Amino acid sequence: MEVTMTVNGAKVSKDVEPRTLLVHFVRDNLGLTGTNVGCDTSSCGACTVHVNGESVKSCTMLAVQADGQEITTIEGMAQANGEMHPMQKAFQENHGLQCGYCTPGMVMAATSLLKENPHPTEQEVRNGLEGNLCRCTGYHNIVKAVLAAADGMAEV
Amino acid sequence: MTVTDSQTSHGILGTRTLRKEDPKLLSGEAKFTDDLVIPGALYMALLRSTVAHAKIVSIDTEAAKEAPGVVAVYTYEDLKDDWAGPMPCAWPVTPDMKNPTHFPLANGKVNYVGDGVAVVLANSKEAAIDALELINVEYDELDPVLEIEDSAKDERVIHEDLGTNASYKWDLIPNKDGVDEAFAKAAYTVSERYIQQRIVPAAMEPRSIVVVPAPFGGDFTIYNTTQIPHILKIMLALTVGISETKLRVIAPSVGGGFGSKLDVYAEDVLTLALARKLRKPIRWTEERTENALATIHGRGQVQYIELAADENGKVTAVRVNILADMGAYLQLITPGIPLLGAFLYHGVYDVPNYSFSCTGYFTNKTPTDAYRGAGRPEATFAIERAMDALAHKMGVSPIELRRRNFIQKEQFPYSSAAGLVFDSGDYETNLDKAVGLFGIEDILAEKQRRIDSGSTKLLGIGISFFVEMCGLAPSRVLASLNYGAGGWEAATVRILPTSKVQVVTGSAPHGQGHETAWAMIVADRLGIDINDIEVLHSDTAIAPHGLDTYGSRSLSVGGSAVHMATEKVLEKARSIAAHQLEVSEADLDYANGMFTVKGSPDKAFPLAGAAFEAFTAHNLPDGMEPNLEASVTWDPPNFTFPYGSHLALVEVDTETGKVDLLRYLAVDDCGNRVNPLIIEGQVHGGLAQGIAQALFEEAAYDDRGNLITSTLADYLVPSAAEFPFFELDHTVTPSPTNPLGVKGIGEAGAIASPPAIINAVVDALNHLGIEDVEMPASPQRVWRAINAAKKG
Amino acid sequence: MFPSSFDYVRASSVSEAISILNNEEDAKLIAGGHSLLPLMKLRLANPSKLVDIGRIGDLSYIADRGDHVAIGALTRHAAIESSDVVKASVPMLAYVASLVGDPSVRHRGTLGGSVSHGDGASDLPAAILALDATLVVTSASGVREVAAKDFFKGFLETDLNQGEVLTEIKVPKATGGWSYQKFNRRAQDWAIVGVAAVRNGSTKISLVNMASMPIRAEAVESALSGGASIEEAAALASEGIEPPSDLNASADYRRHLASVLVRRALVEASSN
Repeated sequence: MEVTMTVNGAKVSKDVEPRTLLVHFVRDNLGLTGTNVGCDTSSCGACTVHVNGESVKSCTMLAVQADGQEITTIEGMAQANGEMHPMQKAFQENHGLQCGYCTPGMVMAATSLLKENPHPTEQEVRNGLEGNLCRCTGYHNIVKAVLAAADGMAEV
Repeated sequence: MTVTDSQTSHGILGTRTLRKEDPKLLSGEAKFTDDLVIPGALYMALLRSTVAHAKIVSIDTEAAKEAPGVVAVYTYEDLKDDWAGPMPCAWPVTPDMKNPTHFPLANGKVNYVGDGVAVVLANSKEAAIDALELINVEYDELDPVLEIEDSAKDERVIHEDLGTNASYKWDLIPNKDGVDEAFAKAAYTVSERYIQQRIVPAAMEPRSIVVVPAPFGGDFTIYNTTQIPHILKIMLALTVGISETKLRVIAPSVGGGFGSKLDVYAEDVLTLALARKLRKPIRWTEERTENALATIHGRGQVQYIELAADENGKVTAVRVNILADMGAYLQLITPGIPLLGAFLYHGVYDVPNYSFSCTGYFTNKTPTDAYRGAGRPEATFAIERAMDALAHKMGVSPIELRRRNFIQKEQFPYSSAAGLVFDSGDYETNLDKAVGLFGIEDILAEKQRRIDSGSTKLLGIGISFFVEMCGLAPSRVLASLNYGAGGWEAATVRILPTSKVQVVTGSAPHGQGHETAWAMIVADRLGIDINDIEVLHSDTAIAPHGLDTYGSRSLSVGGSAVHMATEKVLEKARSIAAHQLEVSEADLDYANGMFTVKGSPDKAFPLAGAAFEAFTAHNLPDGMEPNLEASVTWDPPNFTFPYGSHLALVEVDTETGKVDLLRYLAVDDCGNRVNPLIIEGQVHGGLAQGIAQALFEEAAYDDRGNLITSTLADYLVPSAAEFPFFELDHTVTPSPTNPLGVKGIGEAGAIASPPAIINAVVDALNHLGIEDVEMPASPQRVWRAINAAKKG
Repeated sequence: MFPSSFDYVRASSVSEAISILNNEEDAKLIAGGHSLLPLMKLRLANPSKLVDIGRIGDLSYIADRGDHVAIGALTRHAAIESSDVVKASVPMLAYVASLVGDPSVRHRGTLGGSVSHGDGASDLPAAILALDATLVVTSASGVREVAAKDFFKGFLETDLNQGEVLTEIKVPKATGGWSYQKFNRRAQDWAIVGVAAVRNGSTKISLVNMASMPIRAEAVESALSGGASIEEAAALASEGIEPPSDLNASADYRRHLASVLVRRALVEASSN
C-alpha cells in the first residue's frame, strides 16, 4: 500500500507491504542506511529515529503507521550548510563513538532526551539512554558528550 | 604539502587528537556491509537446527522451493561438491588433536541449536526468510552433552568417529618436580575452582556478507564485516577451492568485533560457493538471534588453580588445570584460546614453579573461540581470585599479599617459569598510584561502619592487578605453539606527487581508530598535518599483505611497521633532497616537512619537492627508482606486556542480592601513549565488557541445549544506566620490544575487571563466611550465597 | 526480523475498528505496537489483519473528572509520565509510566495497549490493578465497565472479547502514600518482581511477574486490614501464589523478593 511521509524535510511516497518496518522503509526504500538494525526485540536502539520530533525505535513501528508523519533520520541532523549538529560535534569532541554502529541511534535518542530535558543530570542522561546499547565505549564518553551538548546547546 | 608548525603537527604523539573516522560515522555516511546496494543480489537465509543433538531423518524442501521469490533451496547433499574442504581450524594445538570434520551445512547430524541445516536463496530477504518456515526437517533426537564435566566422562560421545569428547590435552609443565616439592613444603596452599561462563560477544553490528562475482574472469569481491580480511581470503580460497588471485576481500565499516569476527564461518563459505554456483551476487545478514546462536561464544571454562606459598605468603608454585568448552566444532582458533592464557596463570607475581594443563572438550553448544582478551581474562581471573583466597586464608590484606609477590622492577626483562620474557614493568609504582587515588582507608571505615550498624547495604573493595601478553606476536613463538600463521604486520607509506600521503596498513580496524593513530605516527615523524594523510586498509587489493586486528596487536606491530616505513620513506626523500642541494645526506636536518643544510638553514629543500622529483624522475640520484614509497613488514621480537591496577567499589544489597558498582578505578600502563583519547575509550569499553561478564552476561542453556538468552532482551548487555563514570589514570613504562615503546590497550579492561568485581563482591560478604560467588554475580546467585552462608 | 505478511487497515473511529474485528476472527488491534509488533517479528503472533487504531485522536486524553482521572486508551506512556494532572492526582501512575521500557518505547507505547495485552510482567497493568481502576470497554452493543481486578484472566488473557475495544481507563485519585518497587537487572528490562502499593483508605498491593497475570497480594492486604505490622504482612507477599521460574529468578527467589519489596513498598507508602 502507498505511504507518504516527510523524511528529513522532503516528502516521499512509496508502495510498501504492510509488514514493512519503518527501519526497512528508510534503509531499503529510501536508501538512508545511516539508521541501523541491531536486534529483533526493541532492545538495542540502533534503529532510533525521530517521529514528529520524538525518539522512536523504527524497528518497532510499521511504515504504514508512519504514514503522514514527520521522520528525521541521522542523515537529517546536520545543518543545511553541512555543519554537524551540536550533538554530533559533542560525540566527536568527547570520543563518544568507536565502531559507530550504535552512534546514529544514540545521537537520535540523545537529542530527543535533551529536547524533553535540556539540563539533565548525569543519572538522567544514563537513564535517558537506557534503551540504546553500545558495545564499544562503556558509555563513559557518550554520557560526557550528551552532558557537554546540553551545556553547549544551552549557551546558544 | 601543508607544512604546519610544531603546535599542530610535529609532536602530535601523545595528544588527544580527535578521530578522523568520526564525521562519516556520525553523519550516517559510513557504509557497513548491509548498507551496500548491490543490484541483482540474491538473499540467503539459513534454516538452523532447533535441537541440540540429533540425527537428521529427512529434510523436505519442496514447498520452500515453490514459494514465491525463492530461487533455490539446498541441503548438504546438494552442495557437497561445492567446496574443496571442510570448515577450517588453523590452530591444531597438538599433533593428535581431534577435529571433527564439518561443513557449512549439517551432514546427517546436527550438533547444536543453530547448526545450519538448509539454505534458501530468494529475490528478497522477506521471501528467503518466509520460505524457511516451509522446510520440514524430521529429527531423531539424541541426548545432548551440555556441561564440560559431563563431556569429560565420555558417557555419550558427540562425534562418534572420534571415539571421545576430548579434542586435545595440552601441557606446559616445565618443572614438575619443582612444583610438587613446593606444594609439599608449602606453609599455605589454596585450591580453587572457578567457572568462566559462556559469553556472547554481541558486537552491535551483526555479521553481514555480500559476495559479488565479477562480470567476467571468474573473480569475486567479498564484502564481509570481518576483523581478518587477509586471513579470510586465504581460508576461503582453500576451503571453497578458488584461486586466491581471484578473491578480493573488503571489510567496509565494521561495527565491532571483539573476536567474534576473527573467524571463518559457514556463511562465509556458503555465500562464496553459491555466488560461484549461480553466478549472481549473494548477500546475507545475520539476525540478532542468529548472532547469539551461530556466531562464536567466548570463555567457557572450568578452572582449577592451586597456589603454594611459604609462611610469608610468597607464592612458590602455581598449578592449573583447565577444562575448556570447545562447543560442537572447532572454529578457526577455538582450541588455541586457552593457550593464549596458559603462560600467565602466575600473573604479575614472581613464581618459580609453574604447571599448566588444559583439555578441550566438545559439547552440544555453539562453538567457542576468541572473545576480547581470549585466554588472558581467564588466566587473570584465576590468579587474582586465588590471590584473594590466599590473602583471606593468611589474614593479610589482598594488597599487601600482592606487594610481597610482585616481580620487582629490577627483574625486567623477567624470564618467567612458564617461559616468557616480560618486557618491562614497575608494578609497585603503579599500585601505589592506584591505592593513593582510590582512598581506601576512608572506604574501609565506612565499610566497617555499615557492618557494625547491621546495614543491608554492604560495601566491598576488590583489587585486580593484571598483566597480559599481547602484540601478537613473534612468528617463531607462534610456530612453537602450532599456530597456522605468523605474527608480522605490513605497512607502506607513499608520498604522492602532490605531496599528500597514503599509508597502507595490513591491520584491519573495526572501531579502534587506526586511521587517526596511524596518521598521527606518520604526521609526527614527517611534521605534516594529519589531514594530509590518508590511511588505507581492510581491502586485500589495496593492502595485499596483512595479518589483521586482534590480540591488542595493531599498534605495537602494525603501528610500528608504519613508523618504520615512514623512516624508510624519509631516508629516500633525504637522498633526493641531498642530490638537489648538492650536499651529503649527513649534512641535512629535517623538520616540519623541510630538509635544511646544517649550519645554513636558508639552504632548504621541502619534502614536497622530493615527492615531486620522485614522481617526474627527471633528476634523481643515479640508480634510484622513481616514486617516493617504502614498505616494511615487521615481525616483533617479543610480545608486549601491558599491566595495571584495577580497584572496584561495590555495594551489595543483602536482602535482594543485587550488586551495584559504585566506583571503578583503572591505572593502566600500556607503555608510550599515542592518543590518550583513544586509549581511554579502549579502556572504558573493555571495562564495560569485563564488568558485564562479572555481573550481567551469561549464555545460558536449558537442559535440552536450547540457548535461553538468544535475544538482547534476555542476554543482558548492560546500558549506560548500569555503569558509573570510570576513573582512569596511568603510568608509563615504555616497551623495549618495538620502536614506538607501546604495549597495547584493547583488551586490558576486559582482562582486569572481572576479578576486581568478584573480589569486591566477596569482600563485601566475606565476614558472613562467603568465599566465592560465580559469574555472573546475579542478584539471585548472590542471594543464594548469602542464604547458604546463613545456614552455615 | 520482520513479521509474516498481513493485511492492514487504519480505523478512523472506534466503531469502524469494532466492525472490522467482528468480521474477521483473526484480526488484531494495533495502537503503539510495542506489545504486539515484537511478538509478530519473532513470529510468535501471526494475525491475518491489523486494525490500526493509533490515529483515533479522541482516544488520547487525560482528564480530571473530580474523583478520578480519565485516561484515553491511546494515551502514550510519555504523556502519562509528564502529565501534571496525573502527577498531581495519581502520582504513582506517572512514576510507573516513567519506568516502562525506555524513553523511545514510552513515546509509542499506549496505556490501553499495555493493559489490553495484560502481561503479568508489565508495570502498568499492575499499577492500575493496585489503583483499583475501572476499564471502559466499547463494543457494537455499547459500553461496559470492568473493574481492573476482574479484567486480567490469565497469561496474556483479559476480559476483552473479540469485537471489544478498551477505550478508557478511569483511575481513582490516589494522593495518599504510594510506592512502586521495580526490581530488575537492567533499567530497560521488565521487572523480575515489582510491587505497587497504594494507601487510599485501605492499602492495596499488586505484584508484577509473580504470576501469569498481574495480581493483587490479597493475603498482605487482609493482614494489614486486620492490623498486622508491615513486617508481618510483607511475609505473606506470596501467600497462595505460584510464581514463575526463569533464568533471573526461581520461584523461591521470587517469593523472597516479593516479601522484601512488599515490605519496602509499605514502608515507603507509609512515609509519603
